[in-house]
Amino acid sequence: MNKKILMTGNEAVGEAAISAGCRFYAGYPITPQNELTAYMAKRMLEEKGVFIQSESELAAINMVFGSSAVGKRAMTSSSSPGISLKQEGISYLAGCELPAVIVNVMRGGPGLGNIAPSQADYFQSTRGGGHGDYRTIALAPAYVQEAAGLTQLAFDLADKYRNPALVVMDGLLGQMMEPVEKTQFTDYKPKLVKKPWALTGAKGRRPNIIRSLLLKQGALEEFNERLCEKYKAIENTQTRYEKFLTDDAEIVIVAYGLTSRIARHAVKALRKKNKKIGLIRPITIWPFPRKAMHDCAKKATKAFLVVEMSCGQMVEDVRLAVNGKRPVYFYGRSGGGVPTNEAIEQEILKIIKGL
Amino acid sequence: MANVLKKTQSLHDRVTHYCAGCGHGIVHRLICEIIDELDIREKTIAVAPVGCAVLAYDYWNFDTTEAAHGRPPAVATGIKRMLPDRIIFTYQGDGDLAAIGTSEIIHAANRGENITVIFVNNGTYGMTGGQMAPTTLLGQKTKTTPLGRDKIREGYPLKISEMLAILDGVYYLERVSVHNPQGVRAAKKAIKKAFINQIENKGFSMVEVLAMCPTAWEMPVKDSVKWVEENVVKYYPLGVLKQNAQ
Repeated sequence: MNKKILMTGNEAVGEAAISAGCRFYAGYPITPQNELTAYMAKRMLEEKGVFIQSESELAAINMVFGSSAVGKRAMTSSSSPGISLKQEGISYLAGCELPAVIVNVMRGGPGLGNIAPSQADYFQSTRGGGHGDYRTIALAPAYVQEAAGLTQLAFDLADKYRNPALVVMDGLLGQMMEPVEKTQFTDYKPKLVKKPWALTGAKGRRPNIIRSLLLKQGALEEFNERLCEKYKAIENTQTRYEKFLTDDAEIVIVAYGLTSRIARHAVKALRKKNKKIGLIRPITIWPFPRKAMHDCAKKATKAFLVVEMSCGQMVEDVRLAVNGKRPVYFYGRSGGGVPTNEAIEQEILKIIKGL
Repeated sequence: MANVLKKTQSLHDRVTHYCAGCGHGIVHRLICEIIDELDIREKTIAVAPVGCAVLAYDYWNFDTTEAAHGRPPAVATGIKRMLPDRIIFTYQGDGDLAAIGTSEIIHAANRGENITVIFVNNGTYGMTGGQMAPTTLLGQKTKTTPLGRDKIREGYPLKISEMLAILDGVYYLERVSVHNPQGVRAAKKAIKKAFINQIENKGFSMVEVLAMCPTAWEMPVKDSVKWVEENVVKYYPLGVLKQNAQ
């Protein structure tokens, strides 16, 4: 009985896309996501889908735009510098209300940075990223299996809301191998929706037009307000997070992705020392699970510690959520540095001393 | 009496936003006549550019998407690969195709994507008020070349069609002009061929259409026609640049 497959995060995302009915993938080589491109090249051949190694990230995202415009599930992936290039297309996808899945296997930056794991694209992922007034759904897995599940969810949510969805993980998760339940792929049923807006040829109907240009006075404002309502609906219904030992926690660590797994070890070690520590792990980094932190602040929690692989980006969202009610501390490593559980423990002990 | 003239079904009956003497209206009409004649309106999907023709979908009676500046060939690639039995064309200006979108057009052409590209070259950025385009002629005055385009300062006018013609992936490439009636007739023939090629799965076809922009050129319409005849056609000779024998 072989119920589990050993896969890298990159491969799990690729197989999840196939299971979600994605039959169009365009990508450009960049480390540390190359395994995903290679996986899609092989699998699209087997599934009679379309794989294109594009001439640039710009071309890749615009090919995805075209594929999505005709109603097909489409994906592209890259790592940080390449995602910067895709921002033009992501803004157009949001403006044209086209679904698409974009995978970012983050590496160190700014600039060319390095190819080590990083979470430094948090701002880019959660603030829109490109120009204009829009949001992208941003899902942040912490496990290889979860990378598959959240990729499937990304397709479903992108379709449901006609909005680009990102799967955001660090380079380490992209490259590390973990067992994944086969049923993750076999039991999943994509939530396919009707797409009457898709360009299929104006047969028996008026022409469909996909556009983001709204020149008539007031038209764009009206459209922006409608987008805003959509984002509110996503915030109200699609916020996802995991709580670990938070009910009585005096200090709550907030960490996502791989960092949350390290923080979990620190929590367990501190609990053994009778320290009341808990963990909140945002699964959606946009919409951000503000309420989870807000609720803790109303109960036993006296302080928060945000741990990230950056110089402090998500910490701003936690501070907004806590709204001054409790102190919010930060510990991070950047440029490819990975926090250790010992270092996190030390940070907690320092906070306890100061309380 | 027989009705010899009828309205083009693929073209909406609307007041034009294009300036007097502009070439876009002629090219729109030609494309729509051809789509009617080939009876492909219900399976045509167009990709409109950024520039004056961004509003093309206000006139076209078939499915159309916009695309970011320069990206129509990439968008068309995504569309055609997923719906190979539909007829896909991009409509692009010289800023779109020959400046910001050079990479996209070269690689779509080189992959031999089975699409039709209509490239309208009027040597300027019309919508933004008449800046220098990659195709602006030497000596031609624009908002950003007040002394006229200088080969030392701004480089030479880009012969993008000649560049593309050498690519193995290109099946058919012709340059035409719509500055006079003979030119318009030749343009229609060429554009029709570019669509038929796609229907017959021949591969990448492109027609470069030399057109007037009297407003940005700051010329009376009559003079703009003369400008094309005396200057533009000399630098960009008309005719077939590539016709794959296969």
